Amino acid sequence: MDHMETKKNVERPLAFVKHIILIMSGKGGVGKSTVAVHLALRLKNAGFKVIRGVRTVRAKIRYLGITEGIGNILVGLLDADLCGPSIPTMLNIEQKKSKFSKNWEPVFVDMEQRLCVMSVGFLLTNRNDAIILRGPKKNATIKQFLNDVDWPDLDYLIIDMPPGTSDEHISVIENLREYNLDGALLITTPQAVATGDVRRELSFCKKTVIPIIGIVENMSGFVCPYCQECTNIFSKGGGEFLANQLEVPFLGRIPICPQISRYQDGHAESLKLFSQTNEADSIEAIVKKLVK
Amino acid sequence: MALTVCSRSFINRSRFSSLVYSYFNKNIVQMLPPCQAASNSTKDADQSRMQRGLPKKLPIGGVDQVIVVASGKGGVGKSTTAVNLALSLKELDKTKLVGILDADVYGPSIPKMMNLKGPVHLNKQQLMMPLVNYDIKCMSMGFLIEDEKDPIVWRGLMVMSAIQRLLRQVSWGPLDYLVVDMPPGTGDVQLTMSQNIPIDGAVIVTTPQDVALLDARKGTEMFRKVEVPVLGVVQNMSAYECPKCGHTEHIFGKDGATNLAKEMNLPIIGDIPLHIKIRETSDSGAPIIVSHPNSSQAQAFKDLGRNVLQRLKVLKDQAKNK
Repeated sequence: MDHMETKKNVERPLAFVKHIILIMSGKGGVGKSTVAVHLALRLKNAGFKVIRGVRTVRAKIRYLGITEGIGNILVGLLDADLCGPSIPTMLNIEQKKSKFSKNWEPVFVDMEQRLCVMSVGFLLTNRNDAIILRGPKKNATIKQFLNDVDWPDLDYLIIDMPPGTSDEHISVIENLREYNLDGALLITTPQAVATGDVRRELSFCKKTVIPIIGIVENMSGFVCPYCQECTNIFSKGGGEFLANQLEVPFLGRIPICPQISRYQDGHAESLKLFSQTNEADSIEAIVKKLVK
Repeated sequence: MALTVCSRSFINRSRFSSLVYSYFNKNIVQMLPPCQAASNSTKDADQSRMQRGLPKKLPIGGVDQVIVVASGKGGVGKSTTAVNLALSLKELDKTKLVGILDADVYGPSIPKMMNLKGPVHLNKQQLMMPLVNYDIKCMSMGFLIEDEKDPIVWRGLMVMSAIQRLLRQVSWGPLDYLVVDMPPGTGDVQLTMSQNIPIDGAVIVTTPQDVALLDARKGTEMFRKVEVPVLGVVQNMSAYECPKCGHTEHIFGKDGATNLAKEMNLPIIGDIPLHIKIRETSDSGAPIIVSHPNSSQAQAFKDLGRNVLQRLKVLKDQAKNK
């Protein structure tokens, strides 16, 4: 990874971002990046109004004279997991690189340029290179990602955090104090070893005065595609119980969905299959609660 | 001052951070044992390391072999694998002494999985006594926190100090194997571990999906860079069998770890299925090898134990022949 020069051009570079959401957990492997990606995709599309069951592009709507409820939502996705950046892989944009002129330029995912991503993954010459960083270097990188990236006028900036309560978390919170931080969305799987870590993360959020948007229980049950039997491989209800116990909103459950991991492994057609599943409806319901 | 508090019972939570930090600042150099006489070749290696500014690798007193269970990715089953690997090593030879070190400072899972709780006491030499269950000695940051709801919000420097303490200030006593459960990532803990103690082998755990393999590759690469021998790859959550109809579903993908192992020229030393019993027994603090020793899942972990021992022997023989 090349050494990056620290340059601060604007005093409050994220002041124009309307909503900043942290996706956190405490526990690893619960689906933070997965939820962050699908949340970003749905928020980006939330600007489109579905008319008579057909998705219509903005130009066509203008032609038809329909303007009510149409927006052009711009979403930014920051991959703050410096040692294990997954976002470029999940969105099939690994081969892209981030350019540096005055600042780092985020990488746009779509042709319409309404979803952009910044990740340390774009700065690697080889996707398999290990990123071995001690705390001070992590702090410097996080600071650059927040202050030295040319984000467009974002409606939402979603920050995918690594597990734990360490340098990245402390740095992100220190650097976001003066901005429109909506709060933290906590992801957990239902089992006890996961909810224990999430409980600690919740304490961390309370101590650092980060509003808690709510808890999402991921990998909550698996429905066999053959016999429809639902098995709670990772238990069930742990996330909801934690939310009730600590009096934070419970936003919903997402069942285990093989299509999610197939899509993330580069099978783009799987996104279409995934969008027709019940699991996609679960994410849709969570997004609706988030934006209301 | 810090030691007086420790000797009463376990370390007071509210003063823990400042106590640990001040203790390390004063005492870390004195804690390390004096340099032992070494052969010429190790002296040369030590000299080149010190010239690079790296600390000297010193073995943990009384511990014969150290096996780290790592990944790079979170949530792939490192702790579950570490616990069941330690138990399987004990099961394969009951005369062997085995310990587990939980190096995941931010999210310690070993206390729950091994059904252990603090306080931690000090012995006459002012070393922390590991807690024991199922005949396995365990040490975790989780035993040193009074309230399990409290997060450990530490920057890297504090974490390094804590890891040093868990390595050097614990009375591991005579151990044949110390299994270390690593946290996710490739940061301070991994570097501190690999730079301070000689590690006999690293077990890389991964699930089959690409995003996990990506991090597992990075984790393997890191160990190779810091010259830690990698024993092999464990494919966890490989396949799920529906308990009602018997249909097998590869929920997290198929053959991912096999391909990774081929690519990195490593053997697959374990293939653990996705089974509800493994999660249930981990949550209840009675790991599957102990609670369901005749199950196929327990058998999978025992096979892992056998493969780990075999690989350790192979690497030891290779090192001798060099």
